[in-house]
Amino acid sequence: MGVDIRVENLNAWYGNTHTLQDINLHIPSNQATALIGPSGCGKSTFVRCLNRMHETNPIARAEGTVMMGDVDIYKDASPVEIRRRIGMVFQRPNPFPTMSIYDNVASGLKLNGFRNKRMLDEVVERSLKSAALWDEVKDDLRKKSGASISGGQQQRLCIARALAVDPEVLLMDEPASALDPVSTAKIEDLIFNLKTQYTIVIVTHNMQQAARVAANTGFFLNGKLIEFDATTKIFTNPSDKRTEDYITGRFG
Amino acid sequence: MIRIQFQQNLDELKERLLIMAGLVEQAIQRATESYSTRDMGLCDLVRRSEPAINRMEREIDQAALDLLAMQQPMAVDLRFIIAVIRINADLERVGDQAVSIAGRVQEMGAFANVELPVDIPKLASLAAAMVRKALQAFIEGDADLAQSVLLLDDQVDEMNREAFRSLSLLISEKPEMTPQALNALIISRSLERVGDHATNIAEDVIFWVRGADVRHKGAELQ
Repeated sequence: MGVDIRVENLNAWYGNTHTLQDINLHIPSNQATALIGPSGCGKSTFVRCLNRMHETNPIARAEGTVMMGDVDIYKDASPVEIRRRIGMVFQRPNPFPTMSIYDNVASGLKLNGFRNKRMLDEVVERSLKSAALWDEVKDDLRKKSGASISGGQQQRLCIARALAVDPEVLLMDEPASALDPVSTAKIEDLIFNLKTQYTIVIVTHNMQQAARVAANTGFFLNGKLIEFDATTKIFTNPSDKRTEDYITGRFG
Repeated sequence: MIRIQFQQNLDELKERLLIMAGLVEQAIQRATESYSTRDMGLCDLVRRSEPAINRMEREIDQAALDLLAMQQPMAVDLRFIIAVIRINADLERVGDQAVSIAGRVQEMGAFANVELPVDIPKLASLAAAMVRKALQAFIEGDADLAQSVLLLDDQVDEMNREAFRSLSLLISEKPEMTPQALNALIISRSLERVGDHATNIAEDVIFWVRGADVRHKGAELQ
């Protein structure tokens, strides 16, 4: 099951640039939450702070509290542990190109010392089914490499890889921006189904996608969270003029 | 550039709706004038204006549908297009009421012109003022002006109820005046509906400008 995420007074920097300023936000469990905003607004930095990837950059740092359920991810857990519990899917599918489909999905578990073949088989099958990819690849699990399938399939493979380590939260940074409309629809259907088991945070530039998949939406601008509300409210009657100007295409 | 085009499309949609509103206002004004003057020529003009109003209703609906499909508008733009679709339907129905009034006036022409205990011109003037104010609110995006239209509806309703009482009494006391009284009753009812449509238009303006759905609030309070 997914857990909720409570962010309090989160600030982040790249060098001297203050990229996130005093973010306070509650992301409910088992729902899809969309983050929107113009390029450079801080939304990707924000999700990278949620699984402590931000700090992997030597000139980056973050301060504040991020509670994942009862766990303060900056105090109570290591980055490795956090990244197991919070999976991430990126804009461009990034399967391991030399590994088979099977090994791509199993890689996270194997990295954690998981060796039981029967259980690995089960997890790979379950993860690929959850990612709605099983039927398309089940006959070629070990024959085809992760890079040999289509872009849309590769992205679902990356989702399966993230699910294999049994996370509670799935972060998606523009997961469909490089995909065609059919593959995009499959990813969106997947988000709809996965949210019953996971808490999903999706960064997107596609307003309609946010409107279709997310229960709540946050609008970022210049490193600040301008507005966070039910998606229906944000897209029909936002409270802040800056949100309205952005989603109606009047700037950004 | 795409947003500039979209803004132009929204402006064109507004212009088309205002042309439609002009036709409808003219129809209702001619219909009510025909009541006072018994000018059958005006009645004919009202009836002949209906196809043009209907055609414009379809064109505006199609243009709004195209924008929804092609531009996927959000927030204030989405509310504007939804408001236009609703106002369009209300205007078309005001046009229908004008035709109905003109038809009643034509029928009354077959009977003696008698004094009736109802002030149709005053009711017509109030209903037309509601339409005009609601459209002015739409032109200016003025939710406060739209709000003021809602208050006028009670007056129109009361005048219609009074017409019903006095004309019912007339029918029972002077049955020979039943045809004229019945036609006047239907005209009064049509004007009351015109007031209702003006109220709807005002509510749609408030929805567009403020994002607030104020429909049926009065009824719910009662």
